[in-house]
Amino acid sequence: MTPALINVPAKAKRGEIIAIKTLISHTMETGFRYTTAGERIPRNIIHTFVAAYNGEEIFRAELFPATSANPFITFHTVATESGTIEFKWSGDNGYVSTASAKIVVE
Amino acid sequence: MSRARLSLPDNMRRHGCAAAVAIALLSSMNVAEAAEIPLDQRRSSYDLMSRETKAMQDEDTSNPGMLWVLEGEALWRAKAGEANRACADCHGDARDSMKGVAARHPAYDAKRGQPVDLEGRISICRAEQQKAPAFALESRELLALSALVARQSRGMPIESKDERLRPFIDKGRVLFTTRQGQLDIACAQCHDDNWGKKLAGIAMPQAHPTGYPVYRLEWQTVGSLQRRLRNCMIGTRAETYLYGSAEYVALETFLMWRARGMLMESPAVRP
Amino acid sequence: MVESMNEHHSGATRREVFKLAGGLAAAGAVAMIAVRPALSTPAEMQAAIAKIVGDAKVNAGKVKLDLPPLVENGNTVACSVSVESPMTPADYCKVIHVFNEHNPQPNVISVHLGPRAGRASIATRIRLSDTQKVIAIAEMSDGSFWSDTVEVIVTLGACLEDVRI
Repeated sequence: MTPALINVPAKAKRGEIIAIKTLISHTMETGFRYTTAGERIPRNIIHTFVAAYNGEEIFRAELFPATSANPFITFHTVATESGTIEFKWSGDNGYVSTASAKIVVE
Repeated sequence: MSRARLSLPDNMRRHGCAAAVAIALLSSMNVAEAAEIPLDQRRSSYDLMSRETKAMQDEDTSNPGMLWVLEGEALWRAKAGEANRACADCHGDARDSMKGVAARHPAYDAKRGQPVDLEGRISICRAEQQKAPAFALESRELLALSALVARQSRGMPIESKDERLRPFIDKGRVLFTTRQGQLDIACAQCHDDNWGKKLAGIAMPQAHPTGYPVYRLEWQTVGSLQRRLRNCMIGTRAETYLYGSAEYVALETFLMWRARGMLMESPAVRP
Repeated sequence: MVESMNEHHSGATRREVFKLAGGLAAAGAVAMIAVRPALSTPAEMQAAIAKIVGDAKVNAGKVKLDLPPLVENGNTVACSVSVESPMTPADYCKVIHVFNEHNPQPNVISVHLGPRAGRASIATRIRLSDTQKVIAIAEMSDGSFWSDTVEVIVTLGACLEDVRI
């Protein structure tokens, strides 16, 4: 289980621009580090982060090794209707992690 | 004469000798003269951080240390060991039962005749109550549980009132004020005498343990106070003690006493 | 599983929601040596930018790249980018790219937005290996490119850890 922290306002007014903050646990191994034996540690990062609002994609980020460990991403979206915002992180070696948050829009 | 390794004489380690012995030894060791920081001038190193790093610590959903607290919550509820018990089975909700606990650790353990720090206490519970194999010191699981427990002390003042800790506080003070390593400096020389001044572009903190276990940007992960002490010892090119050693616990006990009354911030973020 | 925590730090509405996500966790720690990987060069960064921008002109303006001028630790640097744009279906910021000069790779992050964003403003944490220039480039729906550049000084922590931890 990958711990993730999501900050989505529980309630918003229709048309309001809300900020969404996400923080997920991941070492984001760059692929540029070496062990004491001189072996390169292979890259192992989250490369894609997608957010969807009631099924429609509202945000997509391509991440690179330059993203810090435990990736933190803040973005904005318009509160259009009540429903669910879903988050998906995909990475090297078939890594997939998901989370979701409900929002009530008045 | 500077030593590469500084360790406590066996009699002090075992019997917790009186302060008199410590003072006698002080004069024979290469002790750096340092003045303690006046109580009202003590500051958390939070104050020295950049605006951005402070912002990282301030909100729970932006503080990477909280990811460990989340993991700790899952471990708290997981049944483990031959006793098939979860922490929650004895301690209930950590938010109630663990309030203030981290603020008064290391705590004196009467059975063992010496202080035990937070990670040590969790390990003892795991072995004796859960009858489960130990989590390695500095392992992710142990840090997660430690972060969970420490989080429950956030905002509370550090307490160091137990008189039984006095000999260990004194031992810790000896370690803190004795020159060590190839650089031949004592902790006190930087952290008591030169706090606030710059070293390699970074402001020197007073070194109070208000935020442990801490998410250190340098480590890109959460680590214990012992790990941080190791970093400093390596910085002075001294040979480090092993994790869990009596020297570290004595230092922790002293540092908590030195920070008595200051508020806990765990899990903190530090550069 | 949802737990809600009432935290007061920001003074805003009670909005924190904590989640545990399903998925595979990353591997644990490894002992390593501090070997510096080959750093990229300004020329490589220009090449990476050219791949995105092609022959189009990159205008200065509209983009605000926020980085601390002096970084405490290059492992985690707060980075935010905001772009002036009405974010309407007729006129919006499509993509925000961030590039750097001296990390082993020139790309930092690329973010795809649409009118649903409401505001072209993102924040993240990035790694910077050295003192260098960082460039944010915004691609608009009308095909134009805008940019902002920041020079960052990166210091290291005073007491670096030994690798044989």
